[in-house]
Parts: sequence; C-alpha cells; structure tokens
Amino acid sequence: MSEFLAMGGHGPYVWSAYGVTLAVMVYNAWAAYRHQANALARLQQAGEEQETRAKPTVRQIG
Amino acid sequence: MNAVPMRSRLWRAFHQLGSPPYVYRLAGRLAPWLGVASCVLLAVGAFWGLVLAPPDYLQGNSFRIIYIHVPSAYLSMGGYVLMAVAAGIGYIWRMKLAHGVAVCVAPLGAWFTALALVTGGIWGKPTWGTYWEWGDARLMFELLLLFLYIGYMVLRMSFDEREKADRVSALLAVVGVVNVPIIHYSVEWWTTLHQGPTLIREGGPSITMDMLIPLLIMLAGFSLFFGWLLCKRLQGEILRRERRTRWVQNLAVEAAA
Repeated sequence: MSEFLAMGGHGPYVWSAYGVTLAVMVYNAWAAYRHQANALARLQQAGEEQETRAKPTVRQIG
Repeated sequence: MNAVPMRSRLWRAFHQLGSPPYVYRLAGRLAPWLGVASCVLLAVGAFWGLVLAPPDYLQGNSFRIIYIHVPSAYLSMGGYVLMAVAAGIGYIWRMKLAHGVAVCVAPLGAWFTALALVTGGIWGKPTWGTYWEWGDARLMFELLLLFLYIGYMVLRMSFDEREKADRVSALLAVVGVVNVPIIHYSVEWWTTLHQGPTLIREGGPSITMDMLIPLLIMLAGFSLFFGWLLCKRLQGEILRRERRTRWVQNLAVEAAA
C-alpha cells in the first residue's frame, strides 16, 4: 500500500494533481446546484413580496 | 403512408430547443442520469489509471496525471467551441436560450482550463524539471484560453442590460475561437517543452491499449460530468432570464408548496 502511495517517488505529484482535480470538481458540482437553488429561492422571495404588496395595508384603507 | 415530412420534424425539434420551459424540464430530467453515469465512469477510470495501468517506461508513475490532464484540456477547448457556437447562434438568430447556454459554459470551461494548466504544471515538474515555461507555445495559448473565458465573463458584468451583454460578449466568444485550433497544433508548429499529441494524430493514438482504455473512460466521464453541471446551471440561468413569465412564477409557487 505505501509502495502504491509512493508511486516510485512521484507520489506528491500524482496525488496533488488528483487532489486538486477532485476538489475543483466537487466545488463545481456544489456551485451548479447552488446556482439553481438560489434562482428558485429568489423567485419565491419576489413572489412573497408581491403578495404582501397586493394586500391592502391598514394605512391604505384608513 | 402519410409520413410527417422530415423538415417539419426538424423544425419542431429546433423550436422545442428554443423553448425555455421545454429545455428547463429536459435539463432537469437529464441531470441525475448524467451525474450518476459520470461519477461511475470517473471512479472506474481513476482506479484503472492509478492502479491497473502499468507505469510509463520513460516517465514512470507521473504519467498517470494524463488521466486528468488530457480530459481537462479537452474540455477546456471543447467547452470553448460549444460556448462560441451557442453565442454565435444566439447572435445570428437572436435566440436568448443560446446565449444562456454560452453563459453557463463559461465558468465551467474556465475551471477546466485552470485544471489543465495546474495538472500540467504538476506533471511538468518531474518530467521537464519545471512547473512553468513562459516560452512554450502550448502553455501560452492555453493560458490565453483562460483569459478569453474570464474576459467573456467580465465583459458581461460591465453591462446592466442583459441583451446588450449577450450581443457584445458573443462577439468576443466567436472571435476567440481561432485560439482553439492554435492550441491543438501548437505542439506541432513549435516544438519546445510540451510533448506531442497522444490521441488525435496521424497514424492513430501513440499509447498502448492498457493505458488508452482508462483514458477513454476518463474522457467520457469528464464529458458527462460537464454535461451534468451544464444542465443544472442552465436551469438556474433559465429561471433568471424568464423570471417574469407565468410558467416560471407558477414553478416557484409549486416548489415552495
């Protein structure tokens, strides 16, 4: 196992390259899902604001 | 037989691909399949490349970086072509959705370009003795590709009006596409540090089968991964662009319930 991790002396290069790649891919997957979730959340927020604006407030009635 | 003419069927497909609600649903249906398939392929390919493939007779184990470096570089260029084609279609046919695709490709392409540069640098250290060489044409044009992606995104940010941003940034995307063939042929036109092509070359791939198969698996895995994230980003982009339409507002209400 330690022989495999050492990669004949190239271990630091191989594992750092794979590590960076994994990190970037995981981040991008997270960011893509957040991108859609944020858009949906903002729509819902805007929808709620519109609803409260549509209802007459006390001051408007008075 | 009263067959539906081919042309009208093509027209319908073209119109559906221009219809935001249709593409939103299509992307939502495709995304989980692409996600699962890409993760399986990436796991198999990485295991095969790291454990099963034999070390290179010349470079030893550092060559295993090829399994992430080549797919990243391939996506950096393929992504740019996709972005330029989408932006071009958006410009010529005034198709908002096509601009939306280009917008979604840009950050993904930029990340894979950065990955290609970083993994290439790490591979370069034990192979060439240096992480970076300013005189190498392949490295320079790949760096230029990163700047083109970033330029596209920054240029868009400088416009408040989305339509204006679409049209101006599309011009940059289309003009920049000449860089892609230059990157591909750079190792043949200027032979400095970067090695020659492995896969797409005269006389077929210069790599044995037991090293080639995991590379092909990784290329497929990276491509599906890119498609997966593109679907999710495109969904978000469609919601932002279509936020004033009834179907998107209904969708938001349904999602909240």
